[in-house]
Amino acid sequence: MANYSTNEFKGGLKIMLDGEPCSILENEMVKPGKGQAFNRVRIRKLITGKVLEKTFKSGESVEGADVMDTDLAYLYTDGEFWHFMNNETFEQIAADEKALGDNAKWLVENDVCTITLWNGSPIAVTPPNFVELEITETDPGLKGDTAGTGGKPATLSTGAVVRVPLFVQIGEVIKVDTRSGEYGSRVK
Amino acid sequence: MSNVLWQPSADIETLRHRAAIIRRIREFFYARDVMEVETPSLSAASVTDVHLATFSTEFVGPGHAGGLPLYLQTSPEFAMKRLLAAGSGAIFQLCKAFRNEEAGSHHNPEFTMLEWYRPGFDEFALMDEMDELMQLVLGVESAERLTYQQAFMNALGVDPLTADISTLQQIATEQGFADIAVNETHRDTLLQLLFCMKVEPTIGQEKPCFVYHFPASQAALAQICQHDERVAGRFELYFKNMELANGFNELTNGKEQAARFSEDNQYREANGLKQVPMDERLIAALEYGLPQCAGVALGIDRLIMLATNKQKIKDVLAFDVERA
Repeated sequence: MANYSTNEFKGGLKIMLDGEPCSILENEMVKPGKGQAFNRVRIRKLITGKVLEKTFKSGESVEGADVMDTDLAYLYTDGEFWHFMNNETFEQIAADEKALGDNAKWLVENDVCTITLWNGSPIAVTPPNFVELEITETDPGLKGDTAGTGGKPATLSTGAVVRVPLFVQIGEVIKVDTRSGEYGSRVK
Repeated sequence: MSNVLWQPSADIETLRHRAAIIRRIREFFYARDVMEVETPSLSAASVTDVHLATFSTEFVGPGHAGGLPLYLQTSPEFAMKRLLAAGSGAIFQLCKAFRNEEAGSHHNPEFTMLEWYRPGFDEFALMDEMDELMQLVLGVESAERLTYQQAFMNALGVDPLTADISTLQQIATEQGFADIAVNETHRDTLLQLLFCMKVEPTIGQEKPCFVYHFPASQAALAQICQHDERVAGRFELYFKNMELANGFNELTNGKEQAARFSEDNQYREANGLKQVPMDERLIAALEYGLPQCAGVALGIDRLIMLATNKQKIKDVLAFDVERA
């Protein structure tokens, strides 16, 4: 992999840090008028998801990480692995629980997810920003309540639990924002 | 296709505010009988400062068919000192300065600088005057004053004038800069790292703060203090995590100045940086005689950021480098 100097740092650049692939979130130059320049960088570790701040002396180089994102459709899980397929080449990739993290609960068959590969192996799975899931369990709620204040928990077909307005019922399909885990709307 | 980058990076209201501040600054100096001057942006010589990178170009024309190399100034300091040596008296300048390799939320490669010189002033008298200007432009209280040593000790509990390199490496490591600290062989780089990252956020939050008596090893173009040779007559002004200005009780000794330029070039050579021929015209002016004076350079864009409560330098520039 190529090395990157601090002048090439920008959001999205993938670099190696302490043996782990990382993505640069923000890069800020800090330089006294008379003195050495530094780069203060916010970095996300791609395996653990941890965000940290790191300071480099400007002009230093770091090793790039062989990380690429690929869009694949979710097929099924066998309990141990989650299987995804490239809709054009039909090539399949299996991601393990570690790569899935908390995101298994947002996987809907045929939805196209972003799979992050490091040296060819999946290290993260990012579901679409919005997914549509059926409610399998929730309290009936008060009849006639349309204000939706407060809301109630609802369990979805994948096992995910989200807060929904009181008027939403079992069997309905709702749209959920996977980034926040929040209810968006009913799907008619 | 429409290109949205035709639009200014600052809004027009901010530019109006900017114009009003510039006008107030000029009036401040007119009222004090400080003469406004203009010196060349393009200079035949440049700075040896190891942490400054210059832009260069070439004049081709009458008398210079083969091309005359010219540098864009990183500050108007050298030319203004030549005017002082020629007897100008107190002078100020509002101009563009150019620094390569610098861009970010507090940096634009081309920026506006206010620089002024006061014959007969020492750094403390100049701090007084600058304090008045800050109160006028920012509507703040009178600035706080700390020595570099005190600011450093308050924040990190170590004396920057006496600590050896291994102590500084250890502190930098404790503060989360282990990767830089282990390989760093320059004491001043460690001091600058710690000052920027750990001292600056602790000073000048409520009102501006002057930090004076910088270590002699970071004197730049300031005189070394007679009362304590470990420190120099150099000061900086900080406010709300922003370095606003750098001032000197100016070094008037041409021989010492030439020796410092040579040291810079030795450092450049040892560290794989391009050597820069020293400005012989400045040295000649100092040898002719620079009156004892103090001078300071202030970043106008940053001052306007503070006055208009903007977070990014591009928010106060008509067009930042990405829209230039």
